[in-house]
This record gives sequence, structure tokens and C-alpha cells, in this order.
Amino acid sequence: MATEYDVPIRQGELEDSGGAPVVAIDNVYKSFGVHKVLNGISLNVGRGETLAVLGRSGTGKSVLLRLIIGLDKPDSGSVRIKGQDTLVLTLDQLGEIRKKMGFLFQHAALYDSLTVGENVAFPLRHHRREMSQSDRADRVQHLLAEVGLEGAVNKMPSDISGGMQKRVGLARALALEPEILLLDEPTAGLDPISSREIDDLILKLQREHQMASIVVTHDLFSAKTIANRLALLDQGNVVIEGKFEDLQESNIGFVRDFLKQS
Amino acid sequence: MSESISTNTAGIQPRATGRLAAPNIPIVESPARLIGQFFEWFGNLGIFFWQVTRAAVTPPYEWRELVRQLDEIGSKSLPLVALAGAAIGVVISLEARYSLSRFGAKSLFPATLVYSVIQVMGPIITGLVVSGRVGAGIGAELASMKVTEQIDAIEASAINPYRLLAATRILACILMLPLLTIAADACGLLTGWFAQALVEPLSFHQFVESGFHGATFNAFLPPTFKTTVYGLIIGLIACFQGMRTRGGAEGVGRAATNSVVLASLFLILADVVLVKFILVVFP
Repeated sequence: MATEYDVPIRQGELEDSGGAPVVAIDNVYKSFGVHKVLNGISLNVGRGETLAVLGRSGTGKSVLLRLIIGLDKPDSGSVRIKGQDTLVLTLDQLGEIRKKMGFLFQHAALYDSLTVGENVAFPLRHHRREMSQSDRADRVQHLLAEVGLEGAVNKMPSDISGGMQKRVGLARALALEPEILLLDEPTAGLDPISSREIDDLILKLQREHQMASIVVTHDLFSAKTIANRLALLDQGNVVIEGKFEDLQESNIGFVRDFLKQS
Repeated sequence: MSESISTNTAGIQPRATGRLAAPNIPIVESPARLIGQFFEWFGNLGIFFWQVTRAAVTPPYEWRELVRQLDEIGSKSLPLVALAGAAIGVVISLEARYSLSRFGAKSLFPATLVYSVIQVMGPIITGLVVSGRVGAGIGAELASMKVTEQIDAIEASAINPYRLLAATRILACILMLPLLTIAADACGLLTGWFAQALVEPLSFHQFVESGFHGATFNAFLPPTFKTTVYGLIIGLIACFQGMRTRGGAEGVGRAATNSVVLASLFLILADVVLVKFILVVFP
């Protein structure tokens, strides 16, 4: 049955050097009990591209990120990372894929029994076992400097602000030099100044590292600032996908309402 | 306004009328549903055990975290276990002296104390003390990590949380329980002898000679090493309850409580089976 969402969807134009998208989500469905969260979503993201996923609360934006990194499995459809279908991989193979991905959780999810420095060093300690202690300390200092927190290495997560926690989470996500960066509400709960600082930081990191990024956010201004493309979700569907101007020019009622209210 | 939930005689689900009442929750679960949940819980526990075992036997091994857990579970439980063992030694000493005197069997006091502490009370008291301290600690810690997405963050970092969090804790419980039991036994025997020596002269040498006379390894090693099973039960149930938690602070509290209650219950039930097993295999 045709709905108002049955409009042509523009897929990602920026692709990696091999021609295939780095992240390819194809016709993904996901339900929790009787509650349908994702209803046949397809999205592609190429190398060096940032896709912002927008939508109201409970429309499955964070679930989408969890499916991409393999924390949840879709009911049907496929999630391909660099051409590999994550659903058919063994746990070890999925682990190798995950090492190429950095994930910033909505509430940073820092390990509260470890210091800021130990949090950033955590992936290095487990996946760069050959790295000497001094090299690891240097790398942690470098990552913390990148996010502007050189002096926080010995602080506990509970002793720093929400914005600083997000920065530490970002430094931890970048520790293994990922090719794909997944950001879940990077500016949620932050004041406007901290939000813009996080946006600037993401932009800077994007320019320097050329990662494929997917940013889930409510913050339209942030999405407009950091993303090449935006996808607007409603009731488990992609309502529209394109540049910010495409959303502005859209005649779809939901899109107009969303832009008006944001 | 009443805080209670009003019941509905027409068979309709009760309606919440108070601030504290949860709406649309049936007061009594149907027996079939309860049985289903019971088997589901055991099924999930079995799957969890398999995942932890598989993670534990495949590299990379988390030695650093294992050593940390050995310290956390072993060294830090030692004072509590020693104190509990000491108290049990005194209690058995007092009770045994009184009972044996009534039957004119005071000469059996050392053997009674040794066998009671090492074969029965030492292992079970150690298990219950560790279940309370460590079970609640592991349950609450992992539950807190679960609800704050720290376990997801570990998994997203391509680190197996079953290996890092569960296998290390369970293995530490298995390795530490027998050592803690030996410590509890030693404290119990010392205080038991001391309590007796205060009443009537009994040298420690005499006590040991008489208490361990004719004893074989079969009499003491199996009861001590059966506590590895207690360790498995405590670690497994606490990790399972912690890592499957949902629902914020309430969920964390529930996980901690359930860890202690279920681990203690299964520990006592396992003791019944283990005692029979030891009597058959090591007569």
C-alpha cells in the first residue's frame, strides 16, 4: 500500500576506493516483542562520508547503530561492513570487524572503575598487546590531546562533566584508528556551547581521519553542521534521505513538521 | 487514597489505584507461566554457562583480570571467612563439650571438633559467607555495568565480556573457595581448641594427636575440595544475574539480592548431592 513515505530515496554517493559502500544496510527489520522498531530500512555510507540519522525518540535510531556493530541482530535483512555480511560471521570474525569500528554511546558508557586514561587505553591494552607501556601512554596522551583533555588522564569518570565524558568516549572510540565511527546522540544532554564544541571536534576528526560516520541525533543544527547527508526516520521507515537542502525543499508533512519543531 | 491494589472478582486484571501500585500487573501468575519461566531461567543459565566455558578455554586469556579477581574474591574475603570459621569453632566446642559430657564421651571431643569443622561446618559456612559477600558484589557490579552500557561498550570494543568479566570471576571463585575453606577450618579448630582449653587443660599437641588420629586424606580432602563446586555456583549465578539485568537502579538491587539468595539456595542443595557423592565415592 502506498504511503506518503513512498518517495525516491537517494542512496549514498560517496563510496570507498573499492566502489562498495563501507556500511550497507539493506531492507532491515527489527522488532522487540510486538513492537516493530525498524521496518525495512536501507542505508549506505561511504568512506569519508557522515550520515546523520534523525527522528523522534523511539524510532529505532540507536537500535540501528546497535545492529551495525552487532550488539543486536536484525530479524531480517542484511548489514554489510566493507562488503562482509555481519550476520553470517563467527564471533571472532565479528570481533575483527568491530576493531575497525568506533562507537560513542549516548551516555559515553565509560568504565567507572577506571581512570580517564585507563578508559582510553582499554582497547589498546586488549588489541595492541605488543605495544609497550610507554608507547601506550603516549598514544593515550595523543588521543586525549585530540579531544582537548590532556590534563584529565588521571581523573575518574565521575569527576568530569557530561561533555568531558563524551570527549573521553570519543577518544576511546578512536583508540584503534577505526574506519567507521558510530556516534549515538553525541550532543544529547549538553549545553549549546559544549554541543558546538563536540560538533567542531567531530568535524575536525572527520577531516583528519576520513572515516565513514553515522551520527544518530535529535539535534538538527548538529546534524546540519557535521553531516554530508541526513536520513529522517519515522515509524521504522526512512522518510527522506538527502542533503539538508533536500529536507528543506521536501513537501512531506512529517519532514516539514520535524524541521519546523526542531 | 488507598495504596492497595483492588481485586476484581469478574476475573479482569486488577486496576492500580494507588501511587505505588503498578497498573495491569496480575497479582497471581498462572502456574503454567511460572513453570515456563522456571525452565526458561535454567535454559538461559545453561546457555550462559556454555558461552562462558567456550570463552574461558579459548585465547586470549585475561590473566591480569583473573589475578585482580583472585585478590578481590580471595584476599578480601579472608578476614570475614576467618571470623566466621572462628565463631563456628567456638560454638561447636561449647555444644560438643556439653553433649559429649552427658554421654561420658569427653575423650571424643577433639575428633568431634575436627570432623565437624572440616567435614561439615567449614565448607558450608565458607560457601555461605562468600556467597553473601562475593555473590552480592559480583551481581551488583555487573548489573551496574549492564544498565550503564559498559558491558555493551566492552563488546563493541571487540572484547568478549564473557571472557573478561564472567570467566575470570567464576574461575577466581572456583580457585579461592577451597583455600578460604582451609583458612576457615584452621581458625575454627584453633578457637575450638582454645575454648576447650580455657575450661580444662588440653595441650594443642594433644588435641591434634587425638583429633586427627586414624584420619585419612579421604576424610578431609573431598569435603574441602567440594567447595570448588560452591565457587562455580556462586560465580556462575552472580555473573548470570548481573549480566542479564534490566531496569536501572531497581534492576541492580534485584540482581544483587537474587545473586545472594539463589547462590545460597543452590549451594545448600548442591551440598546434599555432594555429601552423598563423597560418601559413595570416598567411603
